[in-house]
Amino acid sequence: MLQAIADIFSYSFLMRALIVGVLVSLCASLLGVSLVLKRYSMIGDGLSHVGFGAMAVATVLNAAPLAVAIPVCVITAFLLLRINEKSSMGGDAGIAVTSSGALAIGIMVISMTTGVNTDIYNYMFGSILALDNTDMILCIVLSVIVITIYFLFYNRIFAVTFDETFSKATGIHTGIYNMILAVLTAVTVVLGMRMMGALLISSLIIFPSMTSMKLCKTYKSVIVVAAIVSVVCFIAGLLISYLYAAPTGASIVVVNIVVLIIAGIIKRGRSK
Amino acid sequence: MALITCENVVLGYDGEKVLSDINFAINSGDYLCVVGENGAGKSTLIKGLLKLINPMEGKIILSDGLKPSEIGYLPQQTAIQKNFPASIFEVVISGKLNSMGFRTFYSSKEKKDAMDKIEMMGLKGLEKRCYQDLSGGQQQRVLLARALLATSRMILLDEPVAGLDPVVTAELYELINKINKEMGITVIMVSHDIHAALKYSTHILHLSHRQLFFGETGKYIHSEAAKEFLAVE
Repeated sequence: MLQAIADIFSYSFLMRALIVGVLVSLCASLLGVSLVLKRYSMIGDGLSHVGFGAMAVATVLNAAPLAVAIPVCVITAFLLLRINEKSSMGGDAGIAVTSSGALAIGIMVISMTTGVNTDIYNYMFGSILALDNTDMILCIVLSVIVITIYFLFYNRIFAVTFDETFSKATGIHTGIYNMILAVLTAVTVVLGMRMMGALLISSLIIFPSMTSMKLCKTYKSVIVVAAIVSVVCFIAGLLISYLYAAPTGASIVVVNIVVLIIAGIIKRGRSK
Repeated sequence: MALITCENVVLGYDGEKVLSDINFAINSGDYLCVVGENGAGKSTLIKGLLKLINPMEGKIILSDGLKPSEIGYLPQQTAIQKNFPASIFEVVISGKLNSMGFRTFYSSKEKKDAMDKIEMMGLKGLEKRCYQDLSGGQQQRVLLARALLATSRMILLDEPVAGLDPVVTAELYELINKINKEMGITVIMVSHDIHAALKYSTHILHLSHRQLFFGETGKYIHSEAAKEFLAVE
């Protein structure tokens, strides 16, 4: 175990994975609390599939994956929010259509050109080897931006999440804060996708806040605990993945499931 | 002086009229009860007054320097709030956000204001408690404290006693009456409870897709609209 921790600090690819993973876990858990409470959890899932589609197309076109996927996901996030607010179809159906549509397009594009190769496998299920130095620097910059914006708007995001009608009535532009939330989520999803995989990134958003809400009663404590749970689960998952040569994303999700179950048991125990 | 004046207002959604020919004025210090059956357009009127929807015809005029954001609003509770992890203090102080401009964090004066309102609502000592663990009556008082923090002039309450037991309902009515009489805050309340409306309000607005009655409560009792409505009750 100690040897594994020492290894992380000596291998540069592991070090990169650790830095990026911790930052993305932080972003995901902060945003996750608002998304889960607003019943927007599935937006993260929809965006990750769209991200996969965009990355697949970028790979085929030989473009930089992140440079394509981030704008595409941000635009999709705007659209999904609009569908949620305006459309008669209902947000959940809109998300389902978008996410399976994007996944299908991604797979079609790949199978017609290069065939399913390691890159695509990595986008689906994640890999800690996927990150190079440029990716890492981009991830650090973007995560710091996401975290800063989140803290600047912390009080307003709380107000809009708790009671959108009241906020709107008292003159807060709720639409803008929903947009900010969607854009930050889109960026976080794309950043985390490389490591977690398109199929698992939304768990990084949902699990820590679910766990935290079982244990905590105030908004601030929910946020703090979600952030801690998220980072701890990520590091534990990374270690397991390294020690047992298991897929990174899946290892992290499994750790999160165990923690969520433990939190559920603690909550039961308390209420008895 | 009139705070809000409605002139031939028509309100609705997607081109369909829900309420038409609304004409009334609310003066500073009034206690107006909006009554009417389910689906009569009471909530639609509230949305119009808060500028959440625009009138299809006519004008809603806010005067005496009243801004839409200065109307403290107590909405009906949503499903999300029932399981929301937030302390009472966190909920109440969010009422201050409308007056903060571009500032992002609360000042110590704003925190003190919030504590004052919590105390005024009889919730002192509970400020760290979780909102979802409170009784229905306490939750309404938390939302009332938040509304009072957002305004010093007018509060708008949408069915504030829905789902509360008779004792708590009476307490809440007394509290609202106190806010109106002692703090001089204008009250607009949507209510199903015609008897409480007659007891506390100064003015009544009776809606049924159009305006059946508007005027002083004393005159309402003898009006045609009231006779029918009270007979049904």
